[in-house]
Order: sequence, then C-alpha cells, then structure tokens
Amino acid sequence: MTDSGTNDHLVKVSGVDKVFKRGSEVIHVLGGLDLEIPNGEFLALMGPSGSGKSTLLNLVGGLDRPSEGTVVVGGKRIDKLSDRKLAAWRARHVGLVFQFYNLMPVLSAQKNVELPLLLTKLSKAERKKRASIALDIVGLSHRNGHYPRQLSGGEQQRTGIARAIVTDPTLLLCDEPTGDLDRKSGDEILDLLQALNKEQGKTIIMVTHDIHAAARATRTLHLNKGQLSTEAVD
Amino acid sequence: MKYFYLIFSSLKRKKLRTSLTILSIMVAFILFGYLTAIRQAFDAGVEVAGADRLIVRHKVSLIQLLPQSYEAKIERIEGVDNAAHSTWFGGIYQEPKNFFAQMPVEPEELFDMYPEFIISDEHKAAWLETRTGVLVGRGLMDRFGWKVGDRIPINATIWTKKDGGRTWEFDLVAVYDGAEKGTDTSQFFIRYDFFDETRAGGQGLVGWYTVRVSDPDRAAEVAAAIDAEFANSAQETKAEPEGAFIQGFANQIGNIGFIIMSIMSAVFFTILLVAGNTMAYTVRERTNELAVLKAIGFTDRGVLGLVLGESLAITLVGGALGMGVAWLLVSMGDPTDGSFPVFYLPTFDLFLGLVLIVAMAFIAGIIPALQAQRLQIADALRR
Repeated sequence: MTDSGTNDHLVKVSGVDKVFKRGSEVIHVLGGLDLEIPNGEFLALMGPSGSGKSTLLNLVGGLDRPSEGTVVVGGKRIDKLSDRKLAAWRARHVGLVFQFYNLMPVLSAQKNVELPLLLTKLSKAERKKRASIALDIVGLSHRNGHYPRQLSGGEQQRTGIARAIVTDPTLLLCDEPTGDLDRKSGDEILDLLQALNKEQGKTIIMVTHDIHAAARATRTLHLNKGQLSTEAVD
Repeated sequence: MKYFYLIFSSLKRKKLRTSLTILSIMVAFILFGYLTAIRQAFDAGVEVAGADRLIVRHKVSLIQLLPQSYEAKIERIEGVDNAAHSTWFGGIYQEPKNFFAQMPVEPEELFDMYPEFIISDEHKAAWLETRTGVLVGRGLMDRFGWKVGDRIPINATIWTKKDGGRTWEFDLVAVYDGAEKGTDTSQFFIRYDFFDETRAGGQGLVGWYTVRVSDPDRAAEVAAAIDAEFANSAQETKAEPEGAFIQGFANQIGNIGFIIMSIMSAVFFTILLVAGNTMAYTVRERTNELAVLKAIGFTDRGVLGLVLGESLAITLVGGALGMGVAWLLVSMGDPTDGSFPVFYLPTFDLFLGLVLIVAMAFIAGIIPALQAQRLQIADALRR
C-alpha cells in the first residue's frame, strides 16, 4: 500500500474513474475526478440525480472502489486495501449517516448506537457508557431504551448520527441526511452537524439536493456528468 | 458472546415464523430421539452380545430341536471353551399380551456363560436348591410387581406336562441385574432338569446352544468346525455369532435400522428445507441492514458468522427442546408394555443429536450466509 497526501488535506481523490456495467451497457459515472478536502471542512456535494454524488461518497468512505485513480484518506491509500483491512479502517475512521437512517428495528436506540463498538475490544460497560455519551450529544439520552418505530424521523436520524460518532471518527459522510425529514427536523439535524464540525472538528461530507442544507456547509461543490465544479450547472 | 444479543434480536423480528421453524425442528428431533430409542431397543441384544459367544441352532430353523448329546461333542471341538443349551418355553403369564422370554437352562452353565448377569451368591444357592425355582431379571420382576417367594403360574403353549396339564407353577427364588445398561433383564430362566422331567415329550432335546470360544478372533473358524462336525447328520447345525443371531431375530420384523433411518432421513430433509427457507428469507429481507453492518465495519466473514449464528440459534433451540422432550418421553418407559425390555436413549445418540443440530444449522444457513458475505455494500444500500 502506498501512503501519500498531506496533513492539511484529510481527503485526496486523484484521477478517479468509476464505471458500472449493467448487462452489456457500460455507464461512466465519474471520469478523471480530482478532489481535496482539508481537515475540519464541512463540504456539501450537490448535483442532479445520477450525477455520481453518492458514488463519490462511497469511494471516499471505502464502501466501494474506483475503476481508476487513487483515494487517500488521512494519509492512507484506501482503494488498495484488502476487504478485511478496509472494513477495519471504516470502523475506525468513518461515520456514516444515511437518508433513511438505516437503524436496526429490533434494537433499542442505545443498542443501535453501540453496534460499531462491538468491533472494538471495549468492555460491555464501556460500550454502554460511550453510547450514552453519543446519545447525550445528539440530545436523545432520554430515549435510549426506545426502538426505532417508537421514535420520530428526526429522532431516528439523531440516533443514526449518534451511531456515526460513537467511535469518534475523523470523517463523517452524510448521504442526504435531511432528505426524509420535515424542515424543522431537518434544521435540527443540520444544527447538530454544524456543531459537530465546529465544536468537535469533524470533517463532514454531505450529499444533498437541498440548497438550504448546503448553505450550512463551509464549501459547496457541484457534481455533473462525473465532474466537479464550484458552480451549479443547469 | 457480545454478538449474542444481535443474533437473538434478529430472531425476534418475525416471531411467528421463527417459532414455527423452531417447532418444526423440535418435532424432527423428538422423532429422532424416540425412534433412536426404538432402534436401540431392537439392537440392544446385538450390542451387548458377547464377541466370544456363538449360537448353534438346527440348520433348518430355530424351532427344530437339537439333541442334548451335542453339548459334549461341541465342547470337544478345538477352540470351544464351554457350551450351554437353552430351549424356548413359550408360555403365557395371565394373558398373551404379557409376553416375555422363558427358557429352561442349566443354572451353573448360565452363571458361567453370562457374566453380565449379576446374581447374589444367596440367590444362586437358592436356585440350585429349588427344582421349581426360576431366575428372573430385575426388569421383568418390576414389570409385574413380583417379589422373591412368589409363585408364578405359566400356561404352556408348547410344552404340556406329563399329567396333561398346561399350567406350570414356578417359585421365584432368584433375581439378576444387568452389568450394563443394555443388558436384557426381562428374561425368565427355568431349571432344565425340572423342565425335562416334567414335560410330556421331547426329553433329551434342546432348542439351541450358546458356545463360548477361547479366542474371539477364531469365532468364524470354530463355527465352521461345529457345523462340519454335524454335517450329514439327522440334525445339522448352523453356528453363528450371538450378535448375528439376535439381529436375525429382530430382522424377522424387517430391517428396523433401515426403516427408522429412512423415516428420519425424510423428516430431516424436509426440516432442512424449512430451516433453509427461513434463513433465506431472513437474509433477503435484511439485505439493507446487512449492508449497513458491513458499512460500519463488520467484515464479510463477520456477517457470514452472524447469519450462521442465527441458523445455529434456531436449530439449537428447536433441537435441544426436541431432544429434551424425546428424553422425557423415553424416560417414561417402554411404550409397548414389555416388548422393549431395554428402552433408553443412549448417550452416544444424544451427542449424535447435537452433531445433527450443528450440521443442520450449517447446511440450512450456509447458502444465505454466503450470499450475505458476498453483498456489495454500495449495491445493497441502493436497494
């Protein structure tokens, strides 16, 4: 594995292509894409459906691999890691927030938040303590015994954020975190993400269609036809 | 251990489906346990049969008798350590359903031939002193609530008495226990001298011989020598190992082991489909959740392990309950009221049940588990 990148850039994506095959059809989603994200940045990624926003997020989060190019996060080239090492890297360095929360319906909020800690060597008591702290940060400590079906959409998303930050990752990847919420709940989630960025120094990449949500970020990039730009393309 | 709650929580997702699957597996293992005990009941004699013992009977059939004079000739054959004769009495105690084996034997030959029968010196002496006395197995005595000192009337179906009477009266003077769990303690031994003097006909004839060989490795050779000794005589013999003789007896009903194995195979195959179907649905319904687990850092093998763990949990609960119920049912005793004097679930088969549980869990879960292992996170999250 080749290490590269600089300390002031947490994420460095260079010359990345991503090609999908659907039967005989070949779809070029990203083409020769370059991106650098400094430590502590709150980046909003916008673009029309199918522009490759989620694909880019997946590549940076080690959920997928590029067809060409390199992805370096925190000085480590992750696109060449083995599946097992990549899983361990994700568990340690990445927090994921999904549009539809993706909580385990059979687990309480507390147990959902504890899930990533099962992969650590922490004791049961320590796991419980850290999950409680994460739920406290997102303002849900009073709902820790509730199951997802007993929580509102906003509360579920806050539980999802608590799960994402419980391992104290450097990078938070949010795929349309307010896409399934009403305006008020969405604003609360954006407040929370902003606080995590400003107060705890988390680097956040947020995919969104919502211009109001993007306005909370420190930088907004637009993705269209596999290319990034600072300007929206009609 | 820390993944247990994750596995058991997943099983609570569809409680009815999980319960029905567990119930199906439980029924399969009840059948396994109970049928195993029945097979064991048929095979019990075979398993405890002495490797150093042969049975010599009439070549035509067991009901044809052999001369008592054969005993001395058999004992002269090289490799023979001892020979003892027995005869089928075939009487009825009170009513035909109260079946048990009654056999006239020479007491001292019996003591010598069957060391697995544990008899006190006091009872041995009492039997030797009492011509009308009988030696009875503990299981048989308990079955009819007999005690030492009782007089037992038996109605003969084969052997009438010289006075024309069919009712023989015996005195219960001795009891034997089994040295092993599988030892048959349902037998009723009559003194041959009393039997031979009292029967109306057939004096000097016996049913078969039990022969102990000095070297079990030479049993086949000795059996051949015995048959050769009586070849071309009026009563030719067929000598075979005691285990094969008992197995032949059981096989008169049919190949019990094969029948039971066929039933169990069909049951397990069906249950395997049920359990496999449940696991396949479980994984298909949770594609997204499994992808999330992988996304937050669970490895491919970890997810494979979780799915196999769920499969094991279902089969373990169902299988353990089934084996437990089977054990309880078998502990209630012989369901045939006497035809299965040895009726229990052997420890080996309890372990075999455990192996089957694990095997069923693996076979039912492995394909869905591999599918879960191969899930591509990005693809699965889009579904």
